Amino acid sequence: MFEVIAFYTFSILTIVMFGIVVLSKNALYAMSALAGGMIFISGFFFLLGAEFLGVVQIVVYSGAVMALYAFGMMFFDTTREVKENVHYKKLVYALSIIAAVLIVVIMSAPIYSANTEALYPSVVEGVGNVQIVGLVLFTKYLVPFELAAIMLLVAMISGILLVSKRMDMNLTQEDNFEETGEII
Amino acid sequence: MITLTHYLVLSAILFSIGLVGIMTRKNLLMLFFSTEILLNAVNIGFVAVSHYYGDLSGQMFAFFIIAVAASELAVGLGLLILWYKKTGSTNLDSLSMMKG
Repeated sequence: MFEVIAFYTFSILTIVMFGIVVLSKNALYAMSALAGGMIFISGFFFLLGAEFLGVVQIVVYSGAVMALYAFGMMFFDTTREVKENVHYKKLVYALSIIAAVLIVVIMSAPIYSANTEALYPSVVEGVGNVQIVGLVLFTKYLVPFELAAIMLLVAMISGILLVSKRMDMNLTQEDNFEETGEII
Repeated sequence: MITLTHYLVLSAILFSIGLVGIMTRKNLLMLFFSTEILLNAVNIGFVAVSHYYGDLSGQMFAFFIIAVAASELAVGLGLLILWYKKTGSTNLDSLSMMKG
């Protein structure tokens, strides 16, 4: 009973939040709604017994990603409304719903048709979710884990390099400097 | 009783919201937000399948998707700030001309 109430509450809240993100004209409102939606999604993860992913969702998305967006938004003029000219609005909605349904069918059809058996059982006696995630992550998925670490390092370096280029100059001012072609 | 179908339907709804965002918004920042929505919708699907089939692989993939999303965001936001410095707008239409 509690699961049903929690599921429907969280799903309504998430859909409303993401609807605000997609339909809002103000970038700041969209960002705040996105942060709220991320928190509610972590609620689903806790509900599904994936405590580790729930914590990671809160820490990474609501913490790191939102902080990054907030810092990025300091560079943009967020107070003015976002101007957009969109044609074929109904066609866009129909196409996206059809595409989403197709993707879900493609993803779930093999699951429903074949009896998949668990390679890495998620419920082991006396071992919590975090421990079993650690066990699987550092044995079977060790190489992808290390690759993800390298990828994050590369992303961090590239982000710093891209943004720190000519950081000392005013953004809104037109600069008359020649492009020197150097990286930093 | 909440079954796997409920979660998959929710995942589809969130995915379609993200797709609507991708297709209708013309602001590059809003496109990034919509990308995050898409990735999160897929994450919900993965974790739900992982829970209902008692297999941890789904959670592992969701974990790696979060890592990919974080790095994609770092690089993308850096490029976006660079583009804003160059042109003064985050509009998608300003990207349509290849003027070097």
